[in-house]
Amino acid sequence: MPPRGPAIFVLSLLLSAAASAADLTVSAAASLTHAFKEIAPLFEAQNPDTQVLLNFGASGALLQQIAKGAPADVFASADQETMDQAQAQALMRATGRRNFVSNTLVVVVPADGKVVPKALADLGGSGYARIAIGQPAAVPVGRYTQAVLQKAGLWAAIEPRMISAQNVRQALDYVARGEVDAGFVYATDAALLPDKVRVALTVPTETPILYPIAPLAGAPNPAAAQKFVAFVLSAPAQAVLAKYGFGKP
Amino acid sequence: MEGAWVALALTLKVAGWATLLTLLAGVAAGWLLARARFAGRDLLDALLTLPMVMPPTVLGYYLLVLLGRRGPVGAWLQANFGINLIFTWQGAVIAAAVVAFPLVFKAARAAFESVEPQYEQAARVLGHGEAAVFFRVTLPLAWRGILAGVLLAFARATGEFGATLMVAGSIPGRTQTLSVAVYEAVQAGQDDVANFLVLVTSVTCIAVLLAAGRLAPGRVAGQP
Repeated sequence: MPPRGPAIFVLSLLLSAAASAADLTVSAAASLTHAFKEIAPLFEAQNPDTQVLLNFGASGALLQQIAKGAPADVFASADQETMDQAQAQALMRATGRRNFVSNTLVVVVPADGKVVPKALADLGGSGYARIAIGQPAAVPVGRYTQAVLQKAGLWAAIEPRMISAQNVRQALDYVARGEVDAGFVYATDAALLPDKVRVALTVPTETPILYPIAPLAGAPNPAAAQKFVAFVLSAPAQAVLAKYGFGKP
Repeated sequence: MEGAWVALALTLKVAGWATLLTLLAGVAAGWLLARARFAGRDLLDALLTLPMVMPPTVLGYYLLVLLGRRGPVGAWLQANFGINLIFTWQGAVIAAAVVAFPLVFKAARAAFESVEPQYEQAARVLGHGEAAVFFRVTLPLAWRGILAGVLLAFARATGEFGATLMVAGSIPGRTQTLSVAVYEAVQAGQDDVANFLVLVTSVTCIAVLLAAGRLAPGRVAGQP
């Protein structure tokens, strides 16, 4: 490298554009992390000019970013309510909205945990001092959990024990590390760490857990956004999602 | 908005304890590195300064792994004293103290190095023991510089976010400090709450800086 090489390299790093015209930014629910990381290269293989940028977080947090003008092209939420809010604020193109997978709510405990609940009501007893639950205001899994516990009349007993998680994967991590005695996550998250967490209960939810996806109204790359939504509904992407345990919508 | 005052009180409590811890540890370490000569002094200095340049999330991860139920320190504390630090305000104090420590340590070391050894020699000649020399000569002469570091450490501890969130979580009224509460309000789209919280935070920070400027002129707030 000539003497000026490093300086030019650093300069080019500093000046490289944040996003180019061919980028496609996908904001997706945290529970989709593994599946979408596998789907993105499949999409890129079919669309060689497009580079997929993935942005994961709690659906509610992603909605706030989009509402404040984040230049995202596609939004995939873990619940209908968050997408409904996006639709109400005209942030997405309603005609492009599709449900693409379903999921199940489960209670997980650390694999080496001393206590395993047999029923939801057990979580109100001793032995469960700390229970990881997604922050209901921003995290869909927390919202599903709160609705179930309220319906069962257990929310008042469990809320004081709640360790709120910023997204479903943080709740999973707290359980896997044994920092909490139990946690509410999706079946697909629990399946990622079979030697660290144990599924104790499958919890039926009042509203089915259906994931919607939609191209966004302010998408910098609208054509690719539509293509990506169609791709997620296609057989190759659905196969990846099924592999991670997601159900048919 | 009542939650904001609870968060403010908690933030001041956490920052206060963290500052006290950094004061004791920072002065001791600063004095040791300013006065003692030993192998590996530069390396120790670098290690003690590390929290200032490392991302708080890295520190938070280290602390979570060390202090967690399955971590070496956490398991030991749990087994011997029944103490658990994760998801407690004491855990938030540890996180804030680690992050703020270098600010006191660096200031203390520089302050001790600027104290003329002749004054200490004179005190010894006059019959003072080492402890008396330190508390009656060295520390008073270095105090101004140390205080500047302490005030910065307090401000840094007040604003701590990354390591705190990882170690102490976000439990309203127990571990949810102002900076964490702001983050959570923005995530949930509660802009009115967020606005109020950032206002409270900004006013608090300005008050700290003004106090710092008054207590240690020219060293913190840039006043002459």
